[in-house]
Amino acid sequence: MTEIQTLTFGIVALTFGLYIGIAIWARAKTTSDFYIADGHVHPIANGMATAADWMSAASFISMAGIIAFAGRDGSAFLMGWTGGYVLLALLLAPYLRKFGKFTVPDFIGERYYSNGARLIALFCAIFVSFTYISGQMRGVGVVFGRVFDMTVTQGVLVGMAVVFFYAVLGGMKGITYTQVAQYCVLIFAYMVPAIFISFQLTGNPVPQAGFGGQLLDDGGMLLSKLDGVLTDLGFTAYTLGSMSTLNLFCLTAALMAGTAGLPHVIIRFFTVPKVKDARISAGWALLFIAILYTTAPAVAAFARYNMIQTVNDTPYTEAPDWVKNWEKTKLIAWVDKNEDGKMTLAPGAAFKGKKPIHTDPVEFGSAGQVLLTNEATDNRNEMHVDRDIMVLANPEIAKLPPWVIALVSAGGLAAALSTAAGLLLVISTSVSHDLLKKIVMPDISEKQELFAARAAAAVAVGIAAYLGINPPGFVAEVVAFAFGLAAASFFPAIIMGIFWKRMNREGAMAGMVVGLVFTASYIIYFRFVSPELDVAENWLFGINTKGIGTLGMLLNFVVAIVVSRFTPPPPQEVQDLVENIRIPAGAPESSGSH
Amino acid sequence: MSDNTHAAYWAANLKILGVLLSIWFIVSYGCGILFVDQLDTITIPGTGFKLGFWFAQQGSIYVFVILIWVYVALMAKLDKKHGVEEA
Repeated sequence: MTEIQTLTFGIVALTFGLYIGIAIWARAKTTSDFYIADGHVHPIANGMATAADWMSAASFISMAGIIAFAGRDGSAFLMGWTGGYVLLALLLAPYLRKFGKFTVPDFIGERYYSNGARLIALFCAIFVSFTYISGQMRGVGVVFGRVFDMTVTQGVLVGMAVVFFYAVLGGMKGITYTQVAQYCVLIFAYMVPAIFISFQLTGNPVPQAGFGGQLLDDGGMLLSKLDGVLTDLGFTAYTLGSMSTLNLFCLTAALMAGTAGLPHVIIRFFTVPKVKDARISAGWALLFIAILYTTAPAVAAFARYNMIQTVNDTPYTEAPDWVKNWEKTKLIAWVDKNEDGKMTLAPGAAFKGKKPIHTDPVEFGSAGQVLLTNEATDNRNEMHVDRDIMVLANPEIAKLPPWVIALVSAGGLAAALSTAAGLLLVISTSVSHDLLKKIVMPDISEKQELFAARAAAAVAVGIAAYLGINPPGFVAEVVAFAFGLAAASFFPAIIMGIFWKRMNREGAMAGMVVGLVFTASYIIYFRFVSPELDVAENWLFGINTKGIGTLGMLLNFVVAIVVSRFTPPPPQEVQDLVENIRIPAGAPESSGSH
Repeated sequence: MSDNTHAAYWAANLKILGVLLSIWFIVSYGCGILFVDQLDTITIPGTGFKLGFWFAQQGSIYVFVILIWVYVALMAKLDKKHGVEEA
C-alpha cells in the first residue's frame, strides 16, 4: 500500500469504529427509540444530524464538481438545496412536530382520513428513498474504488455492512448520534483542504472570501482570470450561464420543494421535544449546511482554475500522479487527437460514448496513456474528466499533504453513509409502522413491530447494495430525480394539509398521483426509454428532466384544488385537527402518542 | 383559548410568513436568477464578485440562514403574546 492508502485506511477504520461504537451505546430498545429517538434529541444535535442526513454524497463529492464545470448555472444546486430549508422551517417543520406522529405517510393518512392516501404516500416515500439511496451507494463505490483499488462491488459491500450494523441495531437513536459524529467528520474533511487551497491561491484562508479575492501569482482577481482562461479555451465564461432562465428557475424550484418534501429530512423534526425546538433545529441545520454550501462554490472555482493550470498543454509524460491514478479507475481519460503528446482542454466530449472503455487487454500509447476503444470526436478536446472526482482529486491537484487526501475520503464516506442510513430508516419505518401496524396488522405488539422494522431495514440494505453495484447513473443526476419526485408528490399534499382546511381526501390523492405519474414518466421517458430524444426541442415548454418536478408540483396543486372543490369537505374532526396543529400549545410528547 | 385569539394568532403568523418568504424569493429567484445579468454589471468593491453572481452563489444562502433565525425569534414573541407557547 502507498502512504496515502495506509493513511486513508487508518482514518476510515477509525471513523467506522467510532460509528459502530456509538451504535452500540445508543441502541434502540423501543419502537419510539427506533423511529424518533424517543423524541428527546437536543436541537443543536438534531441540527447536526439533520445536516449530515441531508448532505449526501451528492453534496460532498459531486456538487463542487458540477459547479466547477457549470459555473454560474451550478447556482441552482446551491440555492435550491439551501432555500428548501426556509420552506421546511417556515411551512412544515413546526406543524408536523405539533402533529406528533412518526412519519410523513402517518400525517397524510390522518389528515386525509384515508388508508388509500397513506398507501400512496408510503409508495412515494419508498420510491424516493430508493432512488436517492442508489446515488449514495455510487458515491461509496467511487471512494473505495479509488482509494483501496477495490472493485466497486467490494466497496459497496463494506459500506453496506457498516450501515446495516448501526441502522438495524440503533434505529433513529443510533442513527442520530452517529450522524452527529459524521457531520463533524465530513465538515472537517471538507473545510481543511478548502482552507489550504484558498490560502495557497489567494493568501486568504477563508474560502468564501478567497473566492472573490486576488490570485497571489499574478495579482488578477481569481474570477476574472478564470473567465479569461476559459473563454480563451473556447468555454463559456465561468460567471456567465448557458442554461435558459426558465430552466434555471424550474430546477431551483424543484430542488427547493423537493428538499422540503424529502421524507428522511422531515422525519428528523419529529425527534425534538417541542414545536419551538423544531423551528430552532431547522435554524441550526441550515447554519451547519451553509458552512459547506458557501464553501463549495469556492472549492469549485479553485478546482477548475488549478485543473486547467496543471493539465492544459502539459505533456502526458509530465502529468501529475493524480491524472494517472484516476485514469486507472476510468474517471479520467486522455485521447491524443493531434498526436503532440500534450493534454488539450476544450469544450465538448473527447470521445463518443458516455464512459471511456479501455482496450482489453489494456494497451498503452506512445506516451504511456491507456488506450480507449471509443471513437474520437472531431473537436479539439482530448481530456475526459468525470465531474464526480473534482472534490476527491482537488487536494491532490493542489499538492496537499497525504493526510488531507485521506481525510477527504473519510469525509465522502461519512456523507454517503449518513444519508443512506437516514433513508434506510424511512424505508423500514414505512414498512413496519405505516404498512404493517396501520394497515395490515393493527394488533401487532410493540416487540413484533420493532422486529419488523429491523427486518425491513435489513431487506432494504440488500436492495440498496444491489442498486449501488448496478448504479443507474451519475450521483447528482439520480439524486435530482428523487427531488423532482418528492416535489411533485408530497410537498403540495403537506402544504395544503396545513394551510388549507378545505383540502380533502379526494383532492390530495388525485394531486399526488397526477404529480408523481407525470414527473416519473417524463423523466423515465427522456432519461431511460428514449435518451436520444432528450434535447431542448422535444421538452415540454423547454423544461428539462431536472426541472420538470416544478411542473409536476404545479399540476399536483391544480388537480388537488379542482378535485376538492367538486367533492365533499373533510369531516369536522379533521378540520379540528388542522386547527390544532396550527397552535404550538399542547404538543403531545412525540414518544408513544400513537 | 377563544376562537378569536386563535384566528388573530394565525393571521399574524401568515403575515410573518408572507414577509419572510417574499425576502426569500427576492434574494434567490430575483437576484440570483431573474435579474442576475442586470446585477452583474455591478462589481462588489474590493472583490472579484459580480453582484448577481455573488447573490446566486453566496449571498442568498447567508440571507436564508438569517431568515430562519428571524422567524424563530418572531414566532417565540408571537406565541407569548397570544399565550399559545408550550409548557
